[in-house]
Amino acid sequence: MDHNKKKAYLVNTVAVVALYLVFFLLIQTKTMNNYFVGIAIMTCIMIIMAMSLNIVAGFLGEMALGHAGFMAIGAYASASFSMVLIDSGLPLPHLVILILAMTVGGIVAGIFGFLIGTPTLRLRGDYLGIVTIGFSEIIRIFFINFGPTGGAAGLKGITRLVNFHNVYWVTIVITFLIFTLGRSKHGRAIISIREDEIASEAAGIPTTRYKVLAFSLAAFFAGVGGALYAHYQSFLEPSKFGFMFSIEMFVIVVLGGLGSLTGSIISAIVLTVLPEMLRSFAEYRLLVYSLVLIIMMIFRPQGIFGRSEFSLTAFIESLIQRKNVKNSIGGGEAS
Amino acid sequence: MNLFLQQLINGLNVGSIYALIAIGYTMVYGIIKLINFAHGEIMMFGAYFAFIAATSFHLPVWAVLLSSMVIMAIIGVAIEFIAYRPLRNAPRLSALITAIGVSLFLQNLALIIFKPDPKVMPKIFPETIYKLGEIEISSTTLITIGLSLFFMVLLDLYIRKTKQGRAMRAVSEDKDAAILMGINVNRTISLTFAVGSALGALGGVLYSVAYIQVYPTMGVMPGLKAFIAAVLGGIGIIPGAMLGGFIIGMVETMTKAYLSTTWADAIVFAILIIVLLFKPTGILGKNTREKV
Repeated sequence: MDHNKKKAYLVNTVAVVALYLVFFLLIQTKTMNNYFVGIAIMTCIMIIMAMSLNIVAGFLGEMALGHAGFMAIGAYASASFSMVLIDSGLPLPHLVILILAMTVGGIVAGIFGFLIGTPTLRLRGDYLGIVTIGFSEIIRIFFINFGPTGGAAGLKGITRLVNFHNVYWVTIVITFLIFTLGRSKHGRAIISIREDEIASEAAGIPTTRYKVLAFSLAAFFAGVGGALYAHYQSFLEPSKFGFMFSIEMFVIVVLGGLGSLTGSIISAIVLTVLPEMLRSFAEYRLLVYSLVLIIMMIFRPQGIFGRSEFSLTAFIESLIQRKNVKNSIGGGEAS
Repeated sequence: MNLFLQQLINGLNVGSIYALIAIGYTMVYGIIKLINFAHGEIMMFGAYFAFIAATSFHLPVWAVLLSSMVIMAIIGVAIEFIAYRPLRNAPRLSALITAIGVSLFLQNLALIIFKPDPKVMPKIFPETIYKLGEIEISSTTLITIGLSLFFMVLLDLYIRKTKQGRAMRAVSEDKDAAILMGINVNRTISLTFAVGSALGALGGVLYSVAYIQVYPTMGVMPGLKAFIAAVLGGIGIIPGAMLGGFIIGMVETMTKAYLSTTWADAIVFAILIIVLLFKPTGILGKNTREKV
């Protein structure tokens, strides 16, 4: 590991721990009441959803408008699993149950991602978008009609296992995993498909395999997000996972910048926190949302961050450099 | 057998409405390669304008239909001008997201203007019930099917026989060549939006009369289904949209009658997925290969 990489890891770890300590203190001293903690938890879940969608929409460059479907599968699968596990009376600590439930939710959603992705990823662009809408609607209608998980009335009585502390660290781990994926050999292969599918196939990349891989991974992380959602809300209803929810996630990714994970994170934070702060304008919320979306597409179609990532290390370095420039009288060294 | 015939007529009724809406999707897609997600909302606004014209102004039927169609044609052109035209040469994804944005915007605008609670659409057509043996056909159903067929034939003649229709076909075939032939592409595209939106508005009015309700989110599901119909018939092909509309309407009605009401939507989506997987260009579509 070279020096720069080590430094980047160190800076980011310090930042993550510092941020956690800030929240920890705020919660311990009751400065942040339950309402705000709830918003923070929902923000973390939306960050996971946006980043996972970014694997398909940003890295792979395909339109996936059915992300809520995979979230629903993960939520229902993990909730059913944890309910059975808790009923069985095994003396497991809550954290272990949550981790197991997340794994189950992720894997079941990932399997469905694989099953749906394998035939559909032959389609491109609009057609793929429409098929993903179709699948997620079918999933929703299935849960409306499926008796064992409560049907249209919803699934009640899920034990609440999620609190800010565990959801924060899960979000960090998933962020790390998806970042690493983006920079790995496989991530680069997926990105090359976005840039030019025919050229990357000619370069020997098994495009179909990588498309399905990206799709399944996105579904897996969406499933994990769904599991967290289920064990935070402790109540699931199929109507939550409709077409509009998928669109909302897509909007977050597009506004942040397709292909930019930091963009997704920041736009997930803004678009989850802002509406909560503007509760009194709830009626106009989506109106403003959609206007922002249209204006954004006309004037800055690449999103806030485009495809670039915000780097804390580079940011700090530029701050230091600016200081140096100010200190040195000539300032000629600035490069 | 009687039940089957009855359902057949219901299917034709719903199918003709889907076909009208699907035409708008397919015309716009044919000419600028954009899924106009806002089309479902155009249909919804069309229904609301008809509702207002019928309840507040007590206009006669033909005026209700005409005013709603004309207003929506103007709004359709305005949407294209404001939201889609600046993105004509942008990546397809940006245009599509804009379309989603416009759809969301119109929906929420309707929520604020008209309030979320459903309103009862008055019976704007004279209501009599005809009996053929044991089958009952209401005049509304007959008028719906008749009006839809009338406008489809009119559209077909317009596209095939008139100068503007020929210009539309030329632009959707090859935009650059059309410019060289002296066709005003911008005006042709506006005209396409006007015609598509007017037919969408008519579809919306007929839909709201058939289901006796108007509400702000009423455009979403029929919009989605009409889009499926357009894809099913081969997107960009106008007769395909009509065929697709009738197929979707028929499948939906038959599923509701013989299988299950709650699963009907899922079956429509499943058909879409199956068709796309085996023949992505739709029933009437031609295969084109991707070139390097």
